[in-house]
Amino acid sequence: MKQISGNKLLVKALKEEGVEYLFGYPGACTIDISDELYKQDDVKIILPRHEQALVHEADAYARTTGKVGVCLVTSGPGATNLVTGLATANYDSVPLVCFTGQVARHLIGNDAFQEVDIVGITRSITKYGVTVRRREDLGRIIKEAFYIARTGRPGPVLIDLPKDVMAELGSAEYPKNVNIRGYKPNTDVHIGQLKRALKLLHKAKRPLFLAGGGVVISRAYEVFREVVEKTNVPVVTTVMGKGAIPTDHPLFIGNLGMHGAYAANMAVSNCDVLFSIGTRFNDRITGKLHEFAPHAQIVHIDIDTASISRNIQVDIPIVADAKEAITKMNEYVQECSTGKWLSQIKAWKEEHPLKMRPNDVLSPMDILKEINEQFDNSIIVTDVGQHQMLVSQYAEVTEGKQMIMSGGLGTMGYGLPGGIGAKIGNPDRPVIVISGDGGVQMNIQELATAVLEELPVILCIFNNEYLGMVRQWQKLFYGKRYAMTNLRAGALSRRTEGMEYPQYTPDFIKLAESYRAKGIRVTKKEEIAVAFEEAKKNTKAPTVIEFIIDPEEMVYPMIKPGGTLEDMIMDC
Amino acid sequence: MDKGMKKRWISLYVENQVGVLSKISGLFSGKSYNLDSLTVGTTEDPTVSRMTIATVSDDETFEQIKKQLNRMIEVIKVIDFTDVFVRMKEILYIKVFNCSKEDKVELFQIAETFKAKVIDYGKDSLLLEFVQTATKNDAVVKLIKEEFHRIEVVRGGSVGIESISMMER
Repeated sequence: MKQISGNKLLVKALKEEGVEYLFGYPGACTIDISDELYKQDDVKIILPRHEQALVHEADAYARTTGKVGVCLVTSGPGATNLVTGLATANYDSVPLVCFTGQVARHLIGNDAFQEVDIVGITRSITKYGVTVRRREDLGRIIKEAFYIARTGRPGPVLIDLPKDVMAELGSAEYPKNVNIRGYKPNTDVHIGQLKRALKLLHKAKRPLFLAGGGVVISRAYEVFREVVEKTNVPVVTTVMGKGAIPTDHPLFIGNLGMHGAYAANMAVSNCDVLFSIGTRFNDRITGKLHEFAPHAQIVHIDIDTASISRNIQVDIPIVADAKEAITKMNEYVQECSTGKWLSQIKAWKEEHPLKMRPNDVLSPMDILKEINEQFDNSIIVTDVGQHQMLVSQYAEVTEGKQMIMSGGLGTMGYGLPGGIGAKIGNPDRPVIVISGDGGVQMNIQELATAVLEELPVILCIFNNEYLGMVRQWQKLFYGKRYAMTNLRAGALSRRTEGMEYPQYTPDFIKLAESYRAKGIRVTKKEEIAVAFEEAKKNTKAPTVIEFIIDPEEMVYPMIKPGGTLEDMIMDC
Repeated sequence: MDKGMKKRWISLYVENQVGVLSKISGLFSGKSYNLDSLTVGTTEDPTVSRMTIATVSDDETFEQIKKQLNRMIEVIKVIDFTDVFVRMKEILYIKVFNCSKEDKVELFQIAETFKAKVIDYGKDSLLLEFVQTATKNDAVVKLIKEEFHRIEVVRGGSVGIESISMMER
């Protein structure tokens, strides 16, 4: 029988898995794999400028295409640079298969050059991780990795590849089937439980759907919308669930949680049945646990048994894939009498709508309004911080649009590489990255990747010269002591005891230009529309638009950390 | 005390692979679950290991522990020993130093009472072997610690298996 090297089998496996793009950064332990990839054209290689950005790119590619994101990095530092990205993907249930190089087996444990125990390091932030110790296991392990990554609750899988295992000759067969005795993801729905849950919903006076990231991941948009319309039950979403139902839908209330809409949080606090799908009741959405949805019986559908009844006690648990469950629901649901409840919600909406700033100062809301209006079918990618929460409040995720962000881990530096990954997977859709001036500098080097890959990503930098979200907490809860959040602070401000600050650095426009991207600075409201028009014309390279934002801009409403959903800070 | 805080037992079938023990123990430390004891050994099938885990936890945490174990790829089966008739024993060695003649007589009596064996003998020391429940072992360690000053204790952690007929624990 024909024998091939492990390196060749890996490339063969990628092709059989239908991998279109591989995000890779080379090194000594993976040079043979790079060489094999060089000899073929089916799997295209993206070469980012840093492994953290690399894994975010693969992550966003996966989130926006529904395919598995594939990474290849070398041993040691190449592998450790994946850590943040793996944790990001793990929290947000993103399917990734990451290959890390490893030193040859006889060197493992010797503190060899560029050796780390990456499987050990990443054990708690991956869905599965394994070192391939025998050449004959390679094919099976890769096959299992793709299967594990994309089934059940999706997540990142890491495969560590010792260099000598990969050089060894062995079978050229790539397995067709998977059989893992300890891993049998749930594929059906318990109809009895589901009917009990629906009975509760149909009898409710103030029912409410809570849609989380699970609805988005399983791409259950259409059937969920049908269920919502048939029942006439209003919907709140988590940050990750935004877009589960179009945000212009009359039954959509808003996001709940720390920066949720007033009406959404009031609805949660006053509903009598909370029908939740695909959320893990993270502390940012529940606030104080004992006072969360105090009047409600709670139904919880989730693919992950461990997410059920962990943070809040659930009355009817259903372990199932969101789409499977909603599809089944669709067969049984009836209209609920929600007229009175809906008018109550409408009153809350009118009492405290999400506000647009009425002044002529350039505000984030104006920018987001423009983005909502100017781009159809768009993918919005955010970084982490104030701008992220503003996007989660103000971005219209109507039909055909998508919004992605690092929701669970809150990873600064996700935005720009996220936009790149999204654009690679969706070349025909506009991709708009919204980032702060802090977060964007955590992976700014990716402008090079975007330029060389000719990706017309629009990167909006909301520059307020501060690490704004932390500053917001300092302003509200720490007596305006802006410790460590002023990005202009340094030797000069220390020397002058805060009387003088140097100029902001870097100059983002010059920086963009030095990468051969287009740079536009916007300081006035009326320049916003023009800037986006300009950006649209730049179709072969990224455009950086720097918006100069007042540091006093805050994200409201806000619930004090550990507070209850009902005591919201509306404005100052 | 939290609701239902008590000692509980789980038996686990896991893949007999490098790193699995570390993954299981890492789950306990990473999520702040108490891990009272853990034993592991291969089964009749050399690709499968079986663990017996003891944990002190409340009802909710214990449910979480079982769920978290179940979702691990390498875990084949989780058995909750709470309401199952099981046979469960722990091996315990106690070496007692500086024994006088009277001490030795007393230790032999203790051994007889607790169905232990004296398995080694020195000029002024004795080595005892106990195979009994962990709770009884706790009592023995306490007793001998009170009576004798220089001792050395090694415990194996409980191993358990479901009974064939109905038995006490």
